[in-house]
Amino acid sequence: MNLGSMLHLLAAVQLPLNIVAPPLEDYLRILPELILAIFGMVVMIADPLIDEKRHHKLLGALALIGTVTALASCLVMRGHAGTAFSGMVRVDSFSVFFHILVIAIATVVILSSYEYMAVQRIRAGEYYGLILFCTVGMSLMSSAVELVLIFIALEISSISSYVLAGFRRRDAASSESSLKYFLLGSFATAFFLYGVALMFGATGSTNISVIRESLSAGRPSLLAYVAAALMFIGLGFKVASAPFHVWTPDVYEGAPAPVVGLMSTGPKAAAFAVLLRVLIDARAPGWFWMVWVSAALSMTLGNLGALVQGNVKRMLAYSSIAHAGYLLAAFAARPELGTSPAMFYTAAYAAMNVGAFAVVSHFANAGEKYVTLEDYAGLGAKSPVLAATFTFFLMSLIGIPITGGFFAKFYVLNATLRSGLVGLSIILVLNSAIGAYYYLRIIVMMYMREAREDVPATTVPVAAGLAIAACVLATLYLGVVPSRVLNLTSTSAAEIAGSGNPSVASAAK
Amino acid sequence: MESLHSIILTLVTFLPALGGILILLIPRRDRDIKVFALVVSLFAFVASLHLPVYWHKDPNVFKYEIDTQWISSPNIHYHMGIDGISVWLIVLTTFLTPLCVLISWTSVHERVKEFFILLLLLESALIGVFTSLDLFLFYFFWEATLIPMALLIGMYGHGRRVYAAVKYFLFTMIASVFMLAAILWLYAKTGSFDFTTIQEAINSGHVPGFAVAAPWLFLGFFVAFAVKVPLFPLHTWLPDAHVEAPTAGSVLLAGVLLKMGTYGLVRFNVGLFPDEARRHAPWIIVLALIGIIYGALVSLVQPNLKKLIAYSSVSHLGFVVLGIFSFTTAGLNGAVFVMLAHGVATGGLFMLAGILYERRHTYAISDFGGLATPMPAYATFFLVTVLASVGLPLMNGFIGEFLVLSGAFQAKPVYGILAATGVIWSAGYLLWMYQRVFFGQVAHDVNKTIPDINLREKTALAPIAVAALVMGIAPLVWLSAIDPAVQSLLAPVPHLAMKAVGQ
Repeated sequence: MNLGSMLHLLAAVQLPLNIVAPPLEDYLRILPELILAIFGMVVMIADPLIDEKRHHKLLGALALIGTVTALASCLVMRGHAGTAFSGMVRVDSFSVFFHILVIAIATVVILSSYEYMAVQRIRAGEYYGLILFCTVGMSLMSSAVELVLIFIALEISSISSYVLAGFRRRDAASSESSLKYFLLGSFATAFFLYGVALMFGATGSTNISVIRESLSAGRPSLLAYVAAALMFIGLGFKVASAPFHVWTPDVYEGAPAPVVGLMSTGPKAAAFAVLLRVLIDARAPGWFWMVWVSAALSMTLGNLGALVQGNVKRMLAYSSIAHAGYLLAAFAARPELGTSPAMFYTAAYAAMNVGAFAVVSHFANAGEKYVTLEDYAGLGAKSPVLAATFTFFLMSLIGIPITGGFFAKFYVLNATLRSGLVGLSIILVLNSAIGAYYYLRIIVMMYMREAREDVPATTVPVAAGLAIAACVLATLYLGVVPSRVLNLTSTSAAEIAGSGNPSVASAAK
Repeated sequence: MESLHSIILTLVTFLPALGGILILLIPRRDRDIKVFALVVSLFAFVASLHLPVYWHKDPNVFKYEIDTQWISSPNIHYHMGIDGISVWLIVLTTFLTPLCVLISWTSVHERVKEFFILLLLLESALIGVFTSLDLFLFYFFWEATLIPMALLIGMYGHGRRVYAAVKYFLFTMIASVFMLAAILWLYAKTGSFDFTTIQEAINSGHVPGFAVAAPWLFLGFFVAFAVKVPLFPLHTWLPDAHVEAPTAGSVLLAGVLLKMGTYGLVRFNVGLFPDEARRHAPWIIVLALIGIIYGALVSLVQPNLKKLIAYSSVSHLGFVVLGIFSFTTAGLNGAVFVMLAHGVATGGLFMLAGILYERRHTYAISDFGGLATPMPAYATFFLVTVLASVGLPLMNGFIGEFLVLSGAFQAKPVYGILAATGVIWSAGYLLWMYQRVFFGQVAHDVNKTIPDINLREKTALAPIAVAALVMGIAPLVWLSAIDPAVQSLLAPVPHLAMKAVGQ
């Protein structure tokens, strides 16, 4: 590609060539990302300067301060709604919602890693740095409204998580996990990029709002359909939905447990945010049956796979595939009905799944020795609090009342039924019933089997305890007073889906 | 008193759960925990007595109503209110729970803290089921009963407890999902989860597509409730759950949990879909009749005391369903009364079986015999409870069964004739069992020294015996509240209500 065509392309992408410094307000609109990135770098720089004995605690605390500050800065960002950097970033309640969500996930994951790192004898510096960089990517994914920037954000978060997956490097499974995730993940992002390129070809822009105008102006070209499908493949991989899910069990099994807590919720939530931007905000054509089939497959394959697992991490991996399916079911509903439940689901799922993995990572002990179902036998008698909280998360994953998981599933079902998707609703309902069985197996193990002598009783250390408590509270909060979060998601959904667009819904069918 | 009026239902519903949460804070000294649980459950009982005592101060159909918005979108309300049917079920729940605490005093000795937390949480969820008038809230409590009960069975039960707990969980969970689908359909078409709003919308024909969907909606609710009742042939989880459950679990399971199913049939299947309910009545009655006779016949040949009582529940609950779907005033009044009487009598029988198990660690009838000699007080309580369950006149079982049978005769004589044989069977299996366990010589030497019931156990059993007698002698105390609720339930078809005889 010669320079001339390059410039031409840049002009078409509407990047200003005569670069002027963006106003200060623009920086406030990416304040959380800036803070996270700065803290990430500080952690990396401080790592060699702090002596070996204290670095786990100090660096963990530093990273924690970073995420908490970033969380607080979301309020600043919220006060500056609008677009920044020539329309590449948009701050609206949708992006604020996902910012808070992913940064909160990162905070809890850092808390649950705090003691885990020392137990597993993992060097902390890069680990916390990478979590922070990963969070930068995830946050940016939710506020980017420019396909190229979305791609860059996606890569920031993906590459960090490839490395994070391989952090237990003495363990072959962890290396396998990292490599597998990296190879397949690169493949998937290539699909996404190809989709971006084709979308640019079809509409002449990579800006979401321009694309929307162009697509809703007339009949979308074949190119736009192919572009939407390719982008869906790339994002489908990130959210681990069938048929792009095969990597999930192996990667989750090998990766360090707190990282799985992060991977299975944070990048997923961010990828769902992008999916909402691309499919619904940009009014991409022809996605209805893609989403429908993928949702049905994910639920069914995820649940059936989980039924036969003996390893709790693998079981939760399959369960996360199933939950991606429930979430996609909301996408298949009419946009004005389904968007808000989908967002609520990401939040509820994050709370319960991060919590579940916090328990798993704490219980796993050195070298992640105790991860099979049998290891959990008698946990109810040995560590009543740990078992009770795990039960609570599992109840939420099943969808039992007073938990966020219950409302999440309920809202999704409500949306699909009201959109007239009876078939998908039936599949969802049947799958919830199947799902109950394998979660129940863990509860049964913990409470109704004799404790095994060789698995030591554990007391929960402070930071992990805080992480678990935070997740319990969040799950309970979403399960008892979901109104506030629900109001937030419905205002955001209105921004994205625009209730005054019935043509989209009918076109989707 | 006025200020109490609007919060009393909230108080009664959540008091036990609050107590359960407070137990978390008590250190693991088993005695303190037991005493605290007993006090909490007694408080809940006293609080629930407020409901019938001040009953007539409130002229509405649903009394003590409270209705505030819980979640704005979807439109979910915290709407509670009770009528003459639910009020007694609430009192039954709070009446049985302290007895459960007493009866578990020594039989539960491991993980005592968890046991009483679960028991109190279960009580709250059960009361919530009977107080909810918002379909969502109802489903919320309905599902919330699942986990505590499954854990009670699975953690504190006997040999095959895990199998029984999982079976119980899956049966109920899968069935109730159908109900959820029906509830969501109703919400999608009416924009409300509120029971009275939906009822009015259906009655005035303002629900689009209702005519086509009605049979499916009816079945959606029906399956969820029929599994809980349990109606033949969906009853197979019940014997397993009962045999394996700890005594307190069995008492609440038989006493209250099964009534969630029959209550649901009355409140929702009959209340929301009166026409469908009448259309489907014939085959449902046939299932109920099969349940009555089948349950009784299986009981007759049971070598296991607890299983015998469990199958007798299948038979008795058949009476309830028969009464409901006879669509007569007498039948429905009787159905509600049988619910209460069965709760007291069968709850009592399970407590008695539990006492025996605590002493001898077996439920096999053949391991006993001649127990009247070493345990005279126990034998007396047992006899009173058996007679109540059999339906001896002047005992509570008689009133309910008599009303149901008279309702069934009005509906179709053949129903009444077939159901009446169930009464004979029940006398057969219960009295035969009583004879084998208590009369004659002491068959096994171990039983000669078996200790009679102590003061604590007497305290637990006496209320059962008293309630069984009082309900049999003065049923109008109960029926005077039940009857108006039944009348308003039958109101859409006045020709049937007029044909029925009063009490």
